[in-house]
Amino acid sequence: MVLESIWFFLWGLLWAVYFMTDGFDLGIGSLLPFLGKTEEDKRAMVNTMGPLWDGNQVWLLSAGGVTFAAFPRVYAVMFSSLYSALMLILFALILRGVAFEFRTKVESPGWRKLWDACIFIGSFTPALLFGVAFANIFQGIPIDQKGVYQGTLFTLLNPYGLIGGVLFVLLFVVHGALWLAAKTQGDLQARAAATAAGIWAGEVLVAVVFLAASYFTTGLYANYLAHPLLFAVVLITVAALFGIRVFLARKAYFKAWFASALTIVGATFYGVIGLFPNMFPSSLNPAWNLTAHNASSTQLTLTIMLVVVLIFVPVVLAYQAWAYNLFKGRLTAEDLVY
Amino acid sequence: MDTLLLSRLQFTATTIFHFFFVPLTLGLSVLVAVMETRYARTGDETYLKMTRFWGKLFLINFAVGVVTGITLEFQFGTNWSGYSAYVGDIFGSLLAIEATAAFFLESTLIGVWVFGWKKLSRKAHAAVMWLVAGASNLSAIWILTANGWMQHPVGYALRNGRAELTDFAAVVFNPFSLLQILHVVPAALLLAAFFIMGISAYHLLRKQHLDFFTRSFRLGLTVGAVTAIWVIIGGDMHAKHVTQVQPAKLAAMESLWDTTARAPVYLFAAPDERNERNRVEIGAVPGVLSFLGHGDFNAEVKGLKAFPKDERPPVLLTFLSFRVMVGLGTYFAVMMIIGVFIRKRLQENPWYLRLMMYSIPLPFLAHTAGWVLAEVGRQPWIVYGLMRTADAVSPIAASQVAVSLAAFILVYGLLGGVGYYLIGKYARLGPDAVGSPAPVRGERLRPAAV
Repeated sequence: MVLESIWFFLWGLLWAVYFMTDGFDLGIGSLLPFLGKTEEDKRAMVNTMGPLWDGNQVWLLSAGGVTFAAFPRVYAVMFSSLYSALMLILFALILRGVAFEFRTKVESPGWRKLWDACIFIGSFTPALLFGVAFANIFQGIPIDQKGVYQGTLFTLLNPYGLIGGVLFVLLFVVHGALWLAAKTQGDLQARAAATAAGIWAGEVLVAVVFLAASYFTTGLYANYLAHPLLFAVVLITVAALFGIRVFLARKAYFKAWFASALTIVGATFYGVIGLFPNMFPSSLNPAWNLTAHNASSTQLTLTIMLVVVLIFVPVVLAYQAWAYNLFKGRLTAEDLVY
Repeated sequence: MDTLLLSRLQFTATTIFHFFFVPLTLGLSVLVAVMETRYARTGDETYLKMTRFWGKLFLINFAVGVVTGITLEFQFGTNWSGYSAYVGDIFGSLLAIEATAAFFLESTLIGVWVFGWKKLSRKAHAAVMWLVAGASNLSAIWILTANGWMQHPVGYALRNGRAELTDFAAVVFNPFSLLQILHVVPAALLLAAFFIMGISAYHLLRKQHLDFFTRSFRLGLTVGAVTAIWVIIGGDMHAKHVTQVQPAKLAAMESLWDTTARAPVYLFAAPDERNERNRVEIGAVPGVLSFLGHGDFNAEVKGLKAFPKDERPPVLLTFLSFRVMVGLGTYFAVMMIIGVFIRKRLQENPWYLRLMMYSIPLPFLAHTAGWVLAEVGRQPWIVYGLMRTADAVSPIAASQVAVSLAAFILVYGLLGGVGYYLIGKYARLGPDAVGSPAPVRGERLRPAAV
């Protein structure tokens, strides 16, 4: 029981770290057509995430792998139920990844336009669909007793799911704009900061709508009402969200980015805590919910994996921190590799 | 077509495509690390140029390999949910360990390597490449361990309607996986060596950058000669183990229908699955199959008829892929032996250089044939003897899979086309197009010679 609960929160943590790290990449990619006025702007934007995006993306594989290892039935039912949405995310990430490598390899404006479009589609689509998918998980998915999905891709595009999608896009776009503001200078930096400030207002608005809609369409608040201390997570998240604005006003862009990172982690945990112990609830019958308890691996596997994760995740965090530190500071001309 | 067939086709297409890029990543990462180490040790600019040039080709290949790998991890859940739920306790942990303990390091440090030329010392930068190479190959080892478990499941018990882990050490030290690792990892190095030799041959034939490409060719030749032999020895050890644990696969490899002592290998045969015989059998070399499987020319080898019809793999594909793999493996060894003899007279043997140039695709074909043999030969099982492929598929609409399969063919076709176009373009342009060697931290900046 205890082991499964620990794993449930580790599962949530891996998703949160993925959204926090790759989130700014997805945000910058979504902003590319809007902030990238010149080729110099675009190259600067791509190169601010250049050394880091690949390592960031592995958090997704790690979250997926851990779902498979610790909760095989959740992995099986979740991934097959959300088949079309996941495939769209996959294709998007595939295009984004190669676009970074390909875009400067042929000297032609048309060529670059093609891959810039791929970066935009490849960043915007996952941002939106991760939000849609998680919001749908929060409110329950039409799966039957055997975990067979009784819907289509369009079942997921309900109002609450779409609000979740929009919220994720805004979270990531603000996150990306702040990273740009912190990493670039001059005109691009000014526009990135202005974009962050402008979209931040939308982020707050949609967050309020989402929090309210969650009350009416999901059971997320049951855990909070049973243990009111948990509302601290919501308060911290809201504080971090307003922290973004405070730091932005002071032009402390890195601090604003950290506040945004905390907002994203908080927002993920807001949902994860509300879900517990459900991982993939059925909207048809609560008895068919997949939970941390009825869908987990054996105690032996959970123990072995816990040892693996407790050793390697800190190691990963250490060398990723080293890499971030190596590439800290503002972008200069010699950092434009891509 | 139903969901099962479409899902199998999709898995086949995406895996084979992914594995066009993986072995080059595995092998070339090591070779680039060797070049950079020589540069770091000697300061010889040619080695720096080599690192940059082969590194550039490596990175284009790497990009396609990485993004197509994500698909594979997700596909077990999307298309094979029956499998995932049944074996996730064991198989899932191996994939999770691969991501956490190896792939993270590879992906984080590749960024450091590409962007860190001016931020790290020469030695530190070379060390980063070694870590990338080590992590890539460690990644492969975990994936092969996972595949080895599907081929020869160990360390489990059937409880609660699924396979549950009972002995983690048995899974990690599965002899099947270890033998696969000993065969596939050197085969990746061999592929990269042929890639380097083939491109070098192109330039040597045009008498350009002679020093650069002679050194590159010789490095490829050293690695290629060792691994060509190693792959054959490893493959032979592997085949003997397959005979023990997957006898139906061995029988299909040689299309042997009746259990026979002193079982032969045919120079040419045409399997006829419906009538359980070979339509044509020409040039029997007696005892060779017995020797391949058991190390004894007189040993008895089980024929396909010893297995129920619904437990036999598709014979023709298994049979053909085995032949392609072994034929090519032999060709590689012959070419490497010739190469060793004429290594100092490469320029005087344009026929050899030309052959090597045209041989670039062959190791890719050999890898593919090897995997077709391993995976098709395992059928009808997804986990040998434990779960049938037909029972593993997700309960999803065939139309969904049809659409995603079509999209994969389209997108991967484009990616493959663009990827190889770019690799070909930069390979032909040669070392000058990569730009001036980057000044490394602590050195004075030189004027750029673009």
